[in-house]
Amino acid sequence: MPEGEDFPPGMLLPAGSSAGLLATLADFVGELRSAGIPVSLTENLDAIEALRHVPLGERDAVKYALAATLVKADSHWRVFETIFEVFFAYRGEQYRLGHEPGDEEGEELVDALLGVPRGDAGGGMEALSAEQLAELLLAALRDGDRAMLDALARVAVARYAGMEPGRPVGGTYYLYRTLRQLDPDALLARLLDEQAAVGGGDELDQRLVREEYERRLEALRKAVEAEIRRRLVADRGPEAVARSVRRPLPEDIEFMHASREELAALRKAIAPLTRKLAVRLARKRRRGRRGPLDFRATVRKSLSAGGVPVEPVFRPPHPSKPEIFVVADISGSVAAFARFTLQLVYSLSSQFSRVRAFAFIDGVDEVTDYLKGAEDMGAAIQRINAEADVIWVDGHSDYGHALEAFWDRFGAEVRARTTVLVLGDARNNYHASGAWVLAELSRRARSVYWLDPEPRSYWDTGDSILAQYAPHCDGVYECRNLAQLERFVEQLG
Amino acid sequence: MTDAAPRLASPADVRRALRGVDYLADDGIAGVVFLAERLGKPVLVEGPAGTGKTQLAKSVAEMTGSRLIRLQCYEGLDESKALYEWNYKKQLLRIQAQRVAEDGGAGSWSDVEEDIFSEPFLLTRPLLEAIRAEDPVVLLVDEVDRVEVETEALLLEVLSDYQVSIPELGTVAARQVPLVFLTSNNTRELSEALKRRCLFLHIDYPDLAREREIVSVRVPGIAEDLAEQVVRIVASIRSLELKKAPSVSETIDWARTLLLLGIRHVDAEAATGTLNVLLKYRSDIDKAAKELAAPGSR
Repeated sequence: MPEGEDFPPGMLLPAGSSAGLLATLADFVGELRSAGIPVSLTENLDAIEALRHVPLGERDAVKYALAATLVKADSHWRVFETIFEVFFAYRGEQYRLGHEPGDEEGEELVDALLGVPRGDAGGGMEALSAEQLAELLLAALRDGDRAMLDALARVAVARYAGMEPGRPVGGTYYLYRTLRQLDPDALLARLLDEQAAVGGGDELDQRLVREEYERRLEALRKAVEAEIRRRLVADRGPEAVARSVRRPLPEDIEFMHASREELAALRKAIAPLTRKLAVRLARKRRRGRRGPLDFRATVRKSLSAGGVPVEPVFRPPHPSKPEIFVVADISGSVAAFARFTLQLVYSLSSQFSRVRAFAFIDGVDEVTDYLKGAEDMGAAIQRINAEADVIWVDGHSDYGHALEAFWDRFGAEVRARTTVLVLGDARNNYHASGAWVLAELSRRARSVYWLDPEPRSYWDTGDSILAQYAPHCDGVYECRNLAQLERFVEQLG
Repeated sequence: MTDAAPRLASPADVRRALRGVDYLADDGIAGVVFLAERLGKPVLVEGPAGTGKTQLAKSVAEMTGSRLIRLQCYEGLDESKALYEWNYKKQLLRIQAQRVAEDGGAGSWSDVEEDIFSEPFLLTRPLLEAIRAEDPVVLLVDEVDRVEVETEALLLEVLSDYQVSIPELGTVAARQVPLVFLTSNNTRELSEALKRRCLFLHIDYPDLAREREIVSVRVPGIAEDLAEQVVRIVASIRSLELKKAPSVSETIDWARTLLLLGIRHVDAEAATGTLNVLLKYRSDIDKAAKELAAPGSR
């Protein structure tokens, strides 16, 4: 991004806007890039151009203009939104930390909304009591009063978050402190009790009411979060805050360290990904090689050129689909990775002639039937853990024993068309490696690949013995996130 | 290039105008349409099926009083189907007619050549048609993710310069910048170059208030509280992990069904009985039926 000074502000932006906006925009784009969203120079210029046309006073209009020009993938939206909130936060003296008393602004707002005339005897004394605040909150939630919720969120943050100027903690700490005081679970319980006392409605109605309250509580949580962010930005400036709230894009989330929220994001990201991969694999196969000449069609086509076969027609090629055996370590540390890989391979099963899945910890069992038609991969994996015969002795990974058991029971079914995928971190708890099984497998199968969810630099450290398996594989891949997994699966088809 | 079309002053104006043609836009949609008109840039619209991506282009055409030109993409779409083609059969006939008329062919070949590669023998396809149009047009390139990468390059040329070069005729430049909408179901990652040139708009399922409005507008005669209940149940179903979440058009179909059946208030029984309108997979229907009958706790 060229410096703000390079653009005479009057030329690019409506009169009245300052070079400050351009400077903010430059920092904003810089932060988007550091978060992993690719923003090209043209897109940057488009954004500036777009800002000339939208009313700068309307925050949402600015947000959508920037989103339309800078963000070109849906999965990047959340990250964009967070950064936008940080850089284009409402700013003003009242958000400055240490500005006393911090919650006056919010309380004035609450009073205004309640229609109470502001007492002339100075605000501080007649502040809301904690009980009053809770009652107001409950009422606002019951009626779905958004303006009130926002105002109360501001009061709550000022009162409970205990924010100190200059303290370098992330917003989640303050969020936790505020929410602990507000206690959303108790609020929800009270709302539902009230509802139950009124009675009426069948299960469906109860469900809908409950969901409506959950939505409102979520709105409250968001309002609290926004208020905290605003105050943080006022205190520390957007760059510092943006760094502390930076979150990975869904495709970059590491399987092994994903939080619950991140796992949810992964689950959401995987459905469109499989659709994309399936199309790409099918297309790759269809376009790969031309089939034999289609004589009839060629003659038919030649009629329009007076009988000269100008354009020969070929039959579509006969695709040969690989057969996939997935052998997955599903012990705790790598379970999330196994889950997503199995899900990916399974939803692509139409692209393979057959997919069979085997799970192991220290014993091994075929789990194809558990996964077949399973809607919910998570539930299927749980069932496997509970029902399948994956544990032999103590439930700690033992690759050696698991591989040998696999060879004994299923080795004969590995054929020349089979591609074997082994999923795991090769952390063998110092058992025997059983690497000879892989050697045998690679002799029989078309190819054997090993996918490891750990960073490459961790391989062969501690009890990881990947180096003993690697020579027998056609490829060993690091699969820490969806992006890497996607790349691997694509070359598989 | 002329700018004859009346300009819309702000995103809010766009929103109001779209409402006038029964398309309920949210701030994001209205904002992007407004910018597209102002910047003369194509809009790439993405989102789940059945959220009104194609309808947006149609409604914008209706709103601006433009003609809608639609290019439906499919695998194997090529220049001759997207851009232009010489009318080969007509050319043959023309040559033959000349032979018959002059008995032996006295006219020089160059005359004939000039003749058969002229406008009357040109078959314009949607892209060229949109560029040559005299009247205001909206070009809809539907399901652009279905074409191959090579064809995308063709689109790029048209979309960046709004001109097409035909070797025999020269370059045809647009007389006006048409509004262009490209829709994608995201089955393939579009090329960076294409994305860079477009404004990006992701249309997701609408929020409760907007979907309720859509239902009220599209299903005349529906009672307020039934509409409210319908969209809440649909939102509830969408929060489940399903193979295919109900789309907006399916919500509308469901509301119509309930209205036809004379159901005033949806109870669990009525809901499970008509779920097949909303959901199209057996397993989804079973799952939703089970969930809806439970008061729900997460």
